[in-house]
Amino acid sequence: MSKNSTGKDIWVLGDYRNYFKNRVTLQILARARALAEKTGGRVCGVVFGHDVGGYTGEYIAHGADRVYVIDHPRLKSYGIETFTNLLIRLARDMNPDIILIGATRFGQEVAPRVAKQLDTGLTADCIDLEIDDKGRLVQIAPSFGGNLIARILTPKARPQMATVRPGTFHELPHDNTAKGEVVTLDLPEDLPAERVRCTHSEYRPAKTLGIEKADIVITGGRGMGSKGKFKKLFDLAGLLNAEVGATRPVVHAGWVGHEALVGQAGKHIRPKVLFSFGISGAIQHTAALMDADFIVAVNKNPDATMMKLADVAIVADANQVCSGIIRALKEKIRD
Amino acid sequence: MENNTLDIIVCIKQVPMVSELPWNSKTGTLKRELAQGMMDPASRLALEAGLRLQRAGQLEDRRIRVTALTMGPPMAEEVLHQAVSLGADHGVLLTDRKMAGADTNLTSFILGRYIRMFKPDTGLVLCGAQTSDSETAQVGPQLACELDFPAIGWASDIRLTQRTLVVTRLVDDFMETLEMDLPGLVTIELGAFVPRYAGLAGVAQAFASPKIDVVDADRLELDRDFNALKDSPTRILDVFSPATQKESRVLKGAAKTVVDKLFTDYGKIISSAMGKDLKKK
Repeated sequence: MSKNSTGKDIWVLGDYRNYFKNRVTLQILARARALAEKTGGRVCGVVFGHDVGGYTGEYIAHGADRVYVIDHPRLKSYGIETFTNLLIRLARDMNPDIILIGATRFGQEVAPRVAKQLDTGLTADCIDLEIDDKGRLVQIAPSFGGNLIARILTPKARPQMATVRPGTFHELPHDNTAKGEVVTLDLPEDLPAERVRCTHSEYRPAKTLGIEKADIVITGGRGMGSKGKFKKLFDLAGLLNAEVGATRPVVHAGWVGHEALVGQAGKHIRPKVLFSFGISGAIQHTAALMDADFIVAVNKNPDATMMKLADVAIVADANQVCSGIIRALKEKIRD
Repeated sequence: MENNTLDIIVCIKQVPMVSELPWNSKTGTLKRELAQGMMDPASRLALEAGLRLQRAGQLEDRRIRVTALTMGPPMAEEVLHQAVSLGADHGVLLTDRKMAGADTNLTSFILGRYIRMFKPDTGLVLCGAQTSDSETAQVGPQLACELDFPAIGWASDIRLTQRTLVVTRLVDDFMETLEMDLPGLVTIELGAFVPRYAGLAGVAQAFASPKIDVVDADRLELDRDFNALKDSPTRILDVFSPATQKESRVLKGAAKTVVDKLFTDYGKIISSAMGKDLKKK
């Protein structure tokens, strides 16, 4: 492996599985580009796999100055211990200043292992990343159950590490003329065998639940009152041709299934109109709906975060307003 | 590890029942001592997974011991009593002021140290995939590194053969079946099982027998100047409330009044999103 590092580089782990659906690597490259303007480091993609040449080009076209590649038949499928081992070796060898990883399920397994073995810190699910005036990475993430946002530093340990959920940043447009360097490295000969054996793997794409693409989404929180009353949201959804989403407490209470969870740990929505009923607005929830064009929030508490994010904030009982809208709509769409 | 015995450790966490909690603005950490606690839902499923293996072991004449392990303030002992009432054989509380404020790196260090020192024959460690309070999903994988165990995250089902664990999971649109030899670590995904409730006998037993062991920094032989808050690689710079993003139009009054106002002023936006005309009254 080549020693050629300034200790200022920003690395982004190339998570290319599911490439056309999973744009998180490209999204993080875009933010890394902006951070690198401030630190003076390079943006480097890191790709492990087999026949992955196509991705290296894509990463350069989307903002990487350099891409490190280990291309080998043994890396044909994702192996947690193998990929962790390779990333640790590269990082020890080349001392990146920052490593950013997309919070796919795979990224969520790799990142903490790498951080642990490099004895450094890791902030999960950052909603923003900045560089402070001392050139340090400020990791901005939901904290304390999502009611607050924390700004987190890794003062001494290096690299500074963070994961970012898909959809948090926006990718740069594809630039065919972008120049970047591809550094091909050999697979280390002493790579230990993977202790976790995959005996069966089947691509089973999640049904793109309507909710991620729906023009109208109705979300409900504990303020709906009970499981029985929560069901009313489905009546409203029927009238509006909308999809129903929920907050974490509601999912945990079993009012609705986990697939309805709107939030960093669930679905990211971008409707034209969002109706939010009885939701206080933890950051893990609101971070996944900031792309909504128009938000109507209903809550008894006018100071709830969700009400402050709304275009129209209705200070009233969520349940009663839901019933009121159902009645009004039945009138208005009757032939 | 005797051939016919398996020691399982289930890491559980007490989390605040409500999300609105006071925090210490100086250190930026949560005043957990003020919160009403409950067992984290994913931890509860990890415990459920352990108890199901315990039950399956009984049918095969295999002795499977389940120890619930937590780190937290003294009040976290509550979730250990709950774990015992549900069927765990023992509970262990790691508690010390020196452990407060640990980030995931230090938390996994302390948990790992306990297991290495006091439960070196552990065959399987189970954790919730992510807790409801911080959702980092980091402690499980980091504990696996600490113990040098192979590990599988986000399991939706686990099965035990004599020395091998078979795990099913759906991750990143791939349905996978994975195998590893024990000892190993698995994190359990929310929704994997329906957790059990404690019967009355279980509750009585949990409070009758002294099955909870409390372990402090001295017993873990942590350095005299060990300080989890100070030693954690991450540092909370500050904490703030999310900024207001929009100038909201506030509507107040009876339900009927506000609904009428909503449709009068914003009916067009709603009907255009529906792709359907709405009648004006």
